[in-house]
Amino acid sequence: MKDQKVKDTSPKPKENKSLAQEIAAGWQSLLLPLLAIFTGLLIGAIVIAVSDAKVVEAWAQFFQAPGAALAATWKAISTAYGALFGGALGSPKAIVEGFRTYVSTGESTDLLKAIYPLSESLTTSTPYIFAGLAVAVGFRCGLFNIGAEGQFFMGALGAAFVGYNMRGIPWFIHLPLALLGGAAAGAIWGAIPGYLKARFGAHEVVNTIMMNWIAFRLSDWLLNGPMKASGFRPVTPNIDQTAELPRFFADPLRLNWGFPLALLTAYLIYWLLFKTTIGFEIRTVGANPDAARYAGINIIKNFVLAMVISGALAGLSGSAQVLGVDHWVGQGFSAGYGFDSIAIALLGKSHPFGVVLAALLFGTLRSGATRMQSMAGIPIDIISIIQGLVIIFVAAPAIIRWLYRIKAISGEQTVLTRGWGK
Amino acid sequence: MPVLELRGITKSFPGVLANDNIDLTLEKGEIHALLGENGAGKTTLMNILYGLYKPDEGEVLVNDQPVSIEDPNDAIEHGIGMVHQHFMLVPVMTVTENVMIGNETTRNRIFLDHDAVSKRIREISDQYGLEVDPNAYIKDLPVGIQQRVEIIKVLYRQADILILDEPTAVLTPQEVKGLFKIVHSLVDTGKSIIFITHKLKEVLEIADRITVLRGGRVVGTTIAGQVDENKLAAMMVGREVNLIVEKKLAKPQELMLEVHDLYVRDEREHLTVNGVSFDVRAGEVLGIAGVQGNGQTELVYALTGLLPAVSGSIRISGTDIHKSTPRQILEQGVAHIPEDRQKHGLVLSFPIYDNLILCNYYLSPFARGVNLQEKTITSNGLELVKQFDVRTPSPSLPASKLSGGNQQKVIVAREFSRPIKLLIAAQPTRGLDVGSIEYIHSRIIQKRDEGTAVVVVSSELDEIIALSDRIAVMYRGQIMDIVQAGEITKEQLGLLMAGVHLSEEEKKAKKPATVVERVF
Repeated sequence: MKDQKVKDTSPKPKENKSLAQEIAAGWQSLLLPLLAIFTGLLIGAIVIAVSDAKVVEAWAQFFQAPGAALAATWKAISTAYGALFGGALGSPKAIVEGFRTYVSTGESTDLLKAIYPLSESLTTSTPYIFAGLAVAVGFRCGLFNIGAEGQFFMGALGAAFVGYNMRGIPWFIHLPLALLGGAAAGAIWGAIPGYLKARFGAHEVVNTIMMNWIAFRLSDWLLNGPMKASGFRPVTPNIDQTAELPRFFADPLRLNWGFPLALLTAYLIYWLLFKTTIGFEIRTVGANPDAARYAGINIIKNFVLAMVISGALAGLSGSAQVLGVDHWVGQGFSAGYGFDSIAIALLGKSHPFGVVLAALLFGTLRSGATRMQSMAGIPIDIISIIQGLVIIFVAAPAIIRWLYRIKAISGEQTVLTRGWGK
Repeated sequence: MPVLELRGITKSFPGVLANDNIDLTLEKGEIHALLGENGAGKTTLMNILYGLYKPDEGEVLVNDQPVSIEDPNDAIEHGIGMVHQHFMLVPVMTVTENVMIGNETTRNRIFLDHDAVSKRIREISDQYGLEVDPNAYIKDLPVGIQQRVEIIKVLYRQADILILDEPTAVLTPQEVKGLFKIVHSLVDTGKSIIFITHKLKEVLEIADRITVLRGGRVVGTTIAGQVDENKLAAMMVGREVNLIVEKKLAKPQELMLEVHDLYVRDEREHLTVNGVSFDVRAGEVLGIAGVQGNGQTELVYALTGLLPAVSGSIRISGTDIHKSTPRQILEQGVAHIPEDRQKHGLVLSFPIYDNLILCNYYLSPFARGVNLQEKTITSNGLELVKQFDVRTPSPSLPASKLSGGNQQKVIVAREFSRPIKLLIAAQPTRGLDVGSIEYIHSRIIQKRDEGTAVVVVSSELDEIIALSDRIAVMYRGQIMDIVQAGEITKEQLGLLMAGVHLSEEEKKAKKPATVVERVF
């Protein structure tokens, strides 16, 4: 039989049952990523424990003193994760007390100090949101944009160029121009592989990787030559104050307008993808290019369009980092944001709102990790391990289902049998 | 003593009871037909027997011994072999190599022993009349011969019980006859056969006993001599079925589609449509008959803009469209029911209501500017689902959750709800159940009577005969002949499909124009 469906119409499924299935499906789509994160943290805990010399020593004496081994393990893990989450979110008690002091005395120092970790987490999340959206838009069109890293870098350079080159214009012109410059630079970097794919069928994975290398080497040259600030280091000059994304609080809190801008962008992308004919076309091409062609949709146009949007978002990511946080660009500026964004888009199921949540998680882990390193002496790389594990579990939900004995709901089951025997 | 017995087989998938307490016995030397609509549970049952699924309850007995079949290797060990509808052959390998795969005979445990296997293949083909050249490459063989290779594969593994899954779906009438001869020679030597199908005529022709499944249950088992098509159809569907497409004589009007000297290359650059000319008038149905793979697919692709024409012209109401894009052709008022509904016809992950606007999402009232009008889209979905009898709890479910018949109804609903003047329906009822076939056929005739020009491409002769006013037969990219539907017999069509031109006497042996029966 052509389509071997387990599902059948003749014993007609009852309406309420299928509604229950719908709810179960919705719940699972939330539960599985959460369990993936949990499992990632759990395995991360094991890694932390075995990489701690004291714990290993205590376990060597396990039969003499089992309690000590367990206590040492617990101490290592709780110190590490305590520092991680403390560094990421701050202490709720301190925040409440700081707020009280502020209300009663008007003195804000304590409050600012208390919300500093939170501010850092959101600041770190900001470029992740933009870059995650970039990769997600590509995924929705069936394109794997590995070039977010290069587009991020080009966007940062574009924004910096507008930022330091134009002087004496008011902020409400300068800032949008700088953002636009960054978005345009990223868009061009995305459009090239998009066009190559549409016109010549060259695979976007290969081309976006190549474009990354071109971006890195081009930036080396720019930072040592045309865009170099006076001095020894290969960095751009500081951008003008009128191009900065304004900060909400006084130093050292770096939370700035980039964060709400990222949330707004996520909403705009949601609107574009799901509420407009443009998004309908992109999603159709991504979900079934044959059906898209059948329906008269121009696939080539949508490939290029999706890559332009994707590149622009990655460019904005770099811009937000320059204009809101660093104010200048140096070598190695991109620091893996573009690559992490692939993981974020996967974790967020390529849905803008999911991307925001995944980006918040990554931002939190990243900013907490700095503190974990200084407080608990755990290398920052443990976060990369946890992130990697989470991605594996999200990409292979069967593992999580098996670990926690979660049954797949019908409909997903049919996927197993569909096409069997073709 | 039965060679095979299934007792109380029950298998449920979340939300669906696919097999409900099924009993089945297969006697030695028997041809036992398993009849049922898509989704009746035939395939699930056979997959259990072949070790691909585990039953929730029930047991399988081979030669009165309870056996546990965990995977296909167990099944083969117990002498159960399966010939799948979609062949499991490697096209770039020879017959011998394909037969060896998974069961390689070797010399010195390293070198493949082609000769021994070829010899065994020759023995098998002599014994059962399965003529095939062991050194031929699969890709060079016609479908009918490929099927023989599949049967040889099973016999080579010494199966005594053969499961044939929809074996006639891809064959010409002549090839079907050949297959039936082989099946008879198999049972003559003591093999037993389970023959899965949804075609009533075949069942009556070949089977000794018939078991009908519906909704996962056994409706009944009868002996072939005791039933007729109507009765079987009623058992399958659960109600009386209208086996005849009721239609008035066509009233052809103005020329709608003119195809002149059309040449098309397929995606692998083979010239598959080789100088085809025909025309279709408004209010008539032109059936294009032919065995699959004789250029019909590419012809339809060219008509709908999915493949470019190499040369020739295609005119719709006088406008040449052979260089137009799919969208320009759609906007000319062309509806297309594609051959492969899951590849071209639907975006399976999209909700049903989005699939219902796949071709006109950008037009009013579904879009205003770039803004999709969600309310209109969902209410359109609700209305069409009701109007076209798509069985689903909600139009917001993804199309992947529908059965094949209901998926096809979604496509028909979408295409028929647009203003159209030309309908191109490729294999419109392939793999569908009797009820859906009945429904889709009546809708197509209704469109014809409203003045739409209709092209029906089908490899099911009975469908062609039931729907067409005129019939064109395609063979190797060319049209063998175009005839009036009432003036040709099924046998004559079969000859044309096999590339044999009819002699003058044969043409004169006219068949009186009668209402034509639909067969499944």
